[in-house]
This record gives sequence, C-alpha cells and structure tokens, in this order.
Amino acid sequence: MTRSDLVLSSVTKRFGSFTAVDDLDLTVPEGSFFALLGPSGCGKTTTLRMVAGLEEPTSGTVHLGDQDISGLRPYKRPVNTVFQSYALFPHLSIAENVAFGLRRRGVKDVKQQVGEMLELVELEQYAGRRPAQLSGGQQQRVALARALINRPQVLLLDEPLGALDLKLRRQMQIELKRIQTEVGITFVHVTHDQEEAMTMADTIAVMNGGVIEQMGRPLDLYENPATTFVSNFLGQSNLVGGQVLERSSQSVLIDVHGSKLLAPSDRARSAEGDVWVGIRPEKVFLAAAESEFDDGSNLLAGGVVTDVSYVGVSTQYLARMPWGQELMVFEQNTGARDSFRPGDRVDLHWMPAHTFLLDATQAADAGVEKEEDL
Amino acid sequence: MSAAAAHVGPGEQQVPQGQDERKRGLTGYLLLLPGALWLLVFFVVPLVTLISTSLYDPSGSVFAGYEMTFHWRNYVDAVQGYGPQLWRSFLYAGTATVAAVLLGFPLAYAIAFKAGRWKNLMLILVIAPFFTSFLIRTLSWQMLLGDNGWLVDIFRTLQILGPDGHLLATPFAVVTGLTYNFLPFMVLPLYASLEKLDPRLLEAGADLYATPLTTFRKVTLPLAMPGLVAGTLLTFIPAAGDYINSELLGTPNTRMIGNEIQDLFAAGSYPVAAALSVTLMAAIVALVTVYVRRSGSEELV
Ligand SMILES: Nc1ncnc2c1ncn2[C@@H]1O[C@H](COP(=O)(O)OP(=O)(O)O)[C@@H](O)[C@H]1O
Ligand SMILES: [Mg+2]
Repeated sequence: MTRSDLVLSSVTKRFGSFTAVDDLDLTVPEGSFFALLGPSGCGKTTTLRMVAGLEEPTSGTVHLGDQDISGLRPYKRPVNTVFQSYALFPHLSIAENVAFGLRRRGVKDVKQQVGEMLELVELEQYAGRRPAQLSGGQQQRVALARALINRPQVLLLDEPLGALDLKLRRQMQIELKRIQTEVGITFVHVTHDQEEAMTMADTIAVMNGGVIEQMGRPLDLYENPATTFVSNFLGQSNLVGGQVLERSSQSVLIDVHGSKLLAPSDRARSAEGDVWVGIRPEKVFLAAAESEFDDGSNLLAGGVVTDVSYVGVSTQYLARMPWGQELMVFEQNTGARDSFRPGDRVDLHWMPAHTFLLDATQAADAGVEKEEDL
Repeated sequence: MSAAAAHVGPGEQQVPQGQDERKRGLTGYLLLLPGALWLLVFFVVPLVTLISTSLYDPSGSVFAGYEMTFHWRNYVDAVQGYGPQLWRSFLYAGTATVAAVLLGFPLAYAIAFKAGRWKNLMLILVIAPFFTSFLIRTLSWQMLLGDNGWLVDIFRTLQILGPDGHLLATPFAVVTGLTYNFLPFMVLPLYASLEKLDPRLLEAGADLYATPLTTFRKVTLPLAMPGLVAGTLLTFIPAAGDYINSELLGTPNTRMIGNEIQDLFAAGSYPVAAALSVTLMAAIVALVTVYVRRSGSEELV
C-alpha cells in the first residue's frame, strides 16, 4: 500500500465527563482537500489536535497510511498545523519563522527553500520583518508557509481564514485552493463557514456535537442531505411534516396537510410513517393562486406572501401556508417570472425529483443559523 | 448674522485648541513634578554630596569638619584597601543570582503554566515573606543553619558535612541568605514574562519538530528574556551592596563591601567610605551595562 490516507478509527475524546468527540470514524484520501465543517464547539479543533498529537484520544486510533501515529509525540508526526490564531513566533523574523521546522530537522541550507516558500505566498519582501509588523492576512500566509515548507503528509488548517474580513477571505480561499493543487499535499481544513467549505473542498464532513453527520462531495451534501442538521446548516431548506402513503421502487407518495406529493425513492432517508418533506427554496416556484398545473409538479396551495426581500439576483419570499408554517421561496430575477407583493395569495410548486425525505424524529430546526451566530 | 458666525466660528475654535495643547503640556510637567522633586531631594542631592565627600581630605573628622581638596587618592586607597571585599561582593551576588535563577525559573514556570487554580495562592506565597521584616527573616536563618539545627544534623548524617562541619558562618550561609532574600525579585518579573507567553507558541514549536527541550531554548527562553534580565538585575544589584546577610550569617572572612562601607561610615572615615560607595556604584553600572548589551535587551529594560 503506497497511499497514505489519514484514517481516524473510533476516536473519542472526553474532557472530564464531557464528550467533545464521540466515536468518530473518518478517512481523508491522500492528496485531497478535505473540509471539516460544523458549528462552533462541535469538536473540530479537538479532532485536528488529536491528528497533530497535541491532544491524546481517550480511545481510538489515528493512522497515516500503514503507520499508527496515535502514540507519537507531536514533533515526530509528519503533520503540520496552521493554527487558528497563527501562533507565529513573535521574537523571530518572518524568514526565521518559516525556517523553524527545517532547522529543527537539521536541514543545512534553508535559505533557498525559505525564499521559494515566501515567494509562493507572495511575501518575499517581508522576510526580515517581525510578525507584529504584518497585517492579519499576511500573518495568515506566514503561518501557511511555515507549515507547508516542511512538506508534511497532511496539513491541518484550523479556521485559518476566520480572522480575516470577507473580501480578503474570498481571496485567500482561492489562494489556498491554488496552493493545495500546486503542492498536492492532503489538506484538512476546519471551518464553520459552509460557503468556504463548499467552494474549497473536494470532500466535506459535516460535524455536529462530536459526531460526523454526513460526508461527501459538496454537491451530494447539498442536493441529498441525510439529516435535518445538514439540510439546514448547508444552505437553507423548507422542511414540512408529512405521512408516507405509498412507496414503490421509484417513488414515495406522501400526504402533506392534505396535498399528495411525490419524492424519488433514492432521496428518501426515511420512507415510513411520519417524515420531513424537504425542498430547497431556490427549487420552488411561486404561482398566483389557482393557476392550472398539469406537469406533474408537487403542489402546495393556499399560501399568502408575508415577506418580500429583493436581493438583486433573486427575490426571496416568505409564504404562510394554511397550517401556519412559513416557507421560503427564492425566485431568480430573470424577468420571466411574475413578482408578488405581501398579501398576495400564491401556490408553491416544484419538481418531484428535487424533493427529499428525512427522518421525522430529528428536530426540524437543527443546524439553523441563529441570529447571534452570524 | 450667518456671515458673522462664520467669522467668529473658526476663531473661537482655535483659541480653546491652543489652550488645550498648552494644558496638555502643562499636565505632563505637573505629573512629573512630585517624582522629580523627590528624586532631586533624595537622589541627586545625596549623590552630589556623596561624590564630593569622596574627594574630601581624609585627615578631617566629623567634628573638625572636612576640607574639599579633590583628594582622588581616596579612590586608590579604597580599591587597594578593600579589593578582596569588592571582589567577594560580586562573587557572592553573582552566585546568589545564579542560584535564584535556578530556583526561580522552574517556580515561575510552574506558577504561570501548571498552577491552575492555585496560581494566586502561589503568588501570595512568593510575596508572603515580605510580611515580616528582612532582618527577622535573616536572623531566623541563623537558627536554621546553626550547629543545633536539623539541617546540620541531616548534612552530617548524610556525610555531606564532616562531624564538626558547620553551615552557619560560612560563605555558603551568606550566599544562601542572599538567594533567599532576593528570590521574590527574581520570581515575580520572570512570572510576569512567562504569563504573557502564549502556550500555543509551545504547541507550534512541538508541531514544527522541536523537542520540548528545543522548544524551551528557542521559544520559551527568548520570550522570557525581559523577565530574566529584570530579575537578575533586581537580584544582583541589591545583593552586591547588601551587608545584613554577611553580618548575620557570615564571619570576618566573608565580609562584603557593604559591611566595610557601613563600618567606615560608623567610624567616621567619610571620604574613604564615600569613595568606596561610588566605586561600587560605578562597578555595578558598568557590569549592568555590559550585561544588558550582551543580552540584547536594551529596549526592554
Ligand atoms: N481542554 C479542554 N478542556 C475542557 N473542554 C474542552 C477543552 N478543549 C475543548 N473543550 C470543549 O470541547 C468542545 C469542542 O471544542 P472544539 O474542538 O474547540 O470545538 P470547535 O473547534 O468545533 O469550535 C467545546 O465544547 C469545548 O468547550
Ligand atoms: Mg475551533
């Protein structure tokens, strides 16, 4: 076996009686850009620290390829970290910060490598400065260079862009992605920003409360969420309660407050009894009440528009349904669609293929971003 | 009306601005005043008096008065007569400083990183000795180190000391006393530096292939340098001029420069005593300057 995938097997970490990471299994393929996505406090940092060796798992093992690295001291692991707060050495110049790892491993001529690395992160002219004389974005790049220069088998990034403003963050996301493609090292990127994870990662693991809720390509996670948490944390979803009436190998028929809706069987995580019927807001179309449909769309009738926000490319509507729930609809502003005003009576319809079904025992608002988190 | 207001406006604004600046300048001087006065009366004046006394004709006396003759030979007499004591003072103070670093660094490190909720208690314990007088604490070391004390018993049993060996009235006792008395002045600045050190830097060191020892040498120590420099200065300088420890724990053979100065003043030999004091001061300033330069911490002290 030549591949050196990073494999965490049944890793658990407890702090006293509190379980920060709970029986976690995770495989990060070699050379991939892997994102660990989850809300603050869900155990992302703890997971990374166990890979780096800065925290010891209460139980479970960490493998890198064939090698069990669980028992290795951090300075013996072929793994480097870009810390959340950068943790640059304040008493050393930028060049010496970057050279630190090479010097510890007894590399003789570090000058050229440091120069090349500083060039990669576009900081050549700052080599002689101290970290405190650099801006946040520059410090972030120094932290990246300091870790990357060691050519680790796995690079761990703990919310490396968290302290940057939005514009710089977008710029650095593209930079990071470019650098990863260039060096081909496995990146494990921790973030609580779903957009960041989606734009950068090949594979995302969505973490919540110390466990992985779902893992997959960004597109799969978005189109086919496995839990209410994932459906709400990655983008937004409408979840409406319903009961399964019939199921075939192709599709599932559900009763939703008197309307009959269809969902594809392969998108049904639960197909018995009570279910959540899920639909992304941008997949839903609004039509004036009692328009005729015969195209096989799923239809929920009797809504009243309660809120309209115009956001340029789209218009976001809230429609109150007869059972009191407010559903979200995002209409693209193509000019071809009717627009509505608060108080208008509307019907909601969408393609059955876009419908997904989730286990009704999960909370419908799990993973919804609260005001204070934004 | 509005034109008038426009004319008056800027003028009105300028006047208070000017006053403001003058006030701010004045405030600075007012804040300086008490300290400056204090230093003038109790530092500059005595220093000038001391230096001039050191150049008086030594044949005078307290009763007959002294004559200012710029008698620089006082310095030659002082250095020739008290060379060994001067040398001994620096040796003892240096040894005590090294001992204080060896004891104080681990202690400060433990308080800063390992004490957890005991941190405040440990800091109070470091300061607690100051609740009793310096003199009484040094006197009690007489009992600890005395021939009937348990320390001597243990040392004799362990054969570290011969059957008739002593601890009290030895250079060891004097250095021990100095180390003990000035240890808090080492621990507190060291603690203050280490406390500021972000433990994540140590983790970064470990992550970048540095063993704990290398992390200590390359990260902890350089970042603790300001505290270490301050601590060694606060220990070495007063220890070099100290006379209580040698007086209470030593013998005539362990006399330090402070003891000689004290005796000379007591005996009324003001000019030589003053010359000795100025020599000590100059030597300390020279040593400290070299030390601070060498440790590369000019901007930190
Ligand atoms: N050293 C520790 N002692 C006690 N609790 C801790 C410790 N480190 C982390 N935790 C707890 O573990 C949980 C997960 O923390 P963390 O991994 O830092 O979350 P994240 O990085 O996802 O925000 C948090 O509730 C945190 O309070
Ligand atoms: Mg974190």
